[in-house]
Amino acid sequence: MTMALATRTASPSALRTLWGSTVGKKAVMATTGVLMLLYLVAHMLGNLKVFFGPDDLNGYAAWLRTLGQPVLHHEWFLWTARSVLLAAVVLHGVCAYQLSRRDIAARPTGYAHKRHRASYATRTMRWGGVILGLFIVWHILDLTTLTVNPRAQQGHPYENLVASFSTWYGGGVYIVAMLALCLHVHHGFWSAAQTLGANSARRDRALKITATVLAAALTIGFLSVPVAVMTGLVR
Amino acid sequence: MRLTLRVWRQTGPGEPGAMTEYQVSGIVPEMSFLEMLDVLNEELILRGEDPVAFDHDCREGICGACGMVINGQAHGPERTTTCQLHMREFGDGDTIDVEPWRAAAFPVVKDLVVDRSAFDRIIGAGGYITAPTGSAPDAHAVPVPKEAAETAFENAECIGCGACVAACPNGSAMLFTSAKVVHLNTLPQGAPERESRVLGMVGAMDAEGFGGCTNAGECATACPKGIPLPSIAAMNREYLRAARRAPR
Repeated sequence: MTMALATRTASPSALRTLWGSTVGKKAVMATTGVLMLLYLVAHMLGNLKVFFGPDDLNGYAAWLRTLGQPVLHHEWFLWTARSVLLAAVVLHGVCAYQLSRRDIAARPTGYAHKRHRASYATRTMRWGGVILGLFIVWHILDLTTLTVNPRAQQGHPYENLVASFSTWYGGGVYIVAMLALCLHVHHGFWSAAQTLGANSARRDRALKITATVLAAALTIGFLSVPVAVMTGLVR
Repeated sequence: MRLTLRVWRQTGPGEPGAMTEYQVSGIVPEMSFLEMLDVLNEELILRGEDPVAFDHDCREGICGACGMVINGQAHGPERTTTCQLHMREFGDGDTIDVEPWRAAAFPVVKDLVVDRSAFDRIIGAGGYITAPTGSAPDAHAVPVPKEAAETAFENAECIGCGACVAACPNGSAMLFTSAKVVHLNTLPQGAPERESRVLGMVGAMDAEGFGGCTNAGECATACPKGIPLPSIAAMNREYLRAARRAPR
């Protein structure tokens, strides 16, 4: 008797195999998740420049536009990074949606005896992800396109940031989103390692500790900025 | 002990079912959960009612036939099979909810009996060694590193009861499938077919309508044989490797 694969008539490519299976689609989620996580670490560290004053932060923001010159044209690095991140967000979301639909369909009848399954961070991955997706839209409208920013001064991110966080909603939305991010990264980092096959009995504890440290560091780093504005430390 | 049981009753596949309440008395703490159900069924038969259907076979925790969700937990509050769960885990006057495994891939046959042949089809898609091996080989004829033997044995303990699927919030069969894949792919006998095995078995698992893994970890907590959660990571590793290099 031959194995199932040998009886297949078509010979699917590696990408098609991955996209067509739950394991492969989860690997896409894990890869895009890790990519976005790396970006977030850089973003958080860049944000801390706010504590060195307007010149430091505004200079850093201007440098991001000239990064890669003269090999790259003005803002090419920035737009490359934006394209990669947009692709990552879309792929992450599409996979999450498709896999979630499948997961829900896999248990058409629930249990009469209700009980919480899995940790809070794990259970809130889906809606937490939706919250983060909506926050990204708000965040871009607020501090990139400046559409909803109360100051909206092009080329002056420091002043725009202070203006946004000085409003109750600007700070509030940001703080809620960062708490959602904390939970998402807390489960997501370890989960990505498990999905990509990087976990083992020996590494499990270290990966879980790394996930907690990473989630806490990102959240504290990001939250320090609105808190500093709201307390008047940064003005 | 006197107990109130709320048991899922369903006359046949696709029929509507409901949680039905029963009072049972004369239960002693030394009884197993299945013996307690036997007491209930004797009473039901004497009353001329249909006894509660449930799967069971060895009643010593090694065959994987029994299994029901007790108070929302697969195999109940103790980490063992339902047949090895004893009534001392419950208190006098308790109300206990008893439900079948819930998954689209495990349709209810009757009451607490579900059709787990989806697992057989996953095994049929690669959970074996193709070469006829004859009688048991001499010891050390095929050298197996100690660590590989330990990993293979740990995963070979899976009895295919389906508690992982029942416990998983997504009704996923990843722990079961990974136990079989890791068991065989770790050993030299399984190595020649390691790519086709993992691709075939994951393909069959998806085709049966099981959910995906969200790394909730409920499966490994419920598993009566202690199949570890990192087995799923090991299968993911095998799968991603096979997708890259499988002969086409």
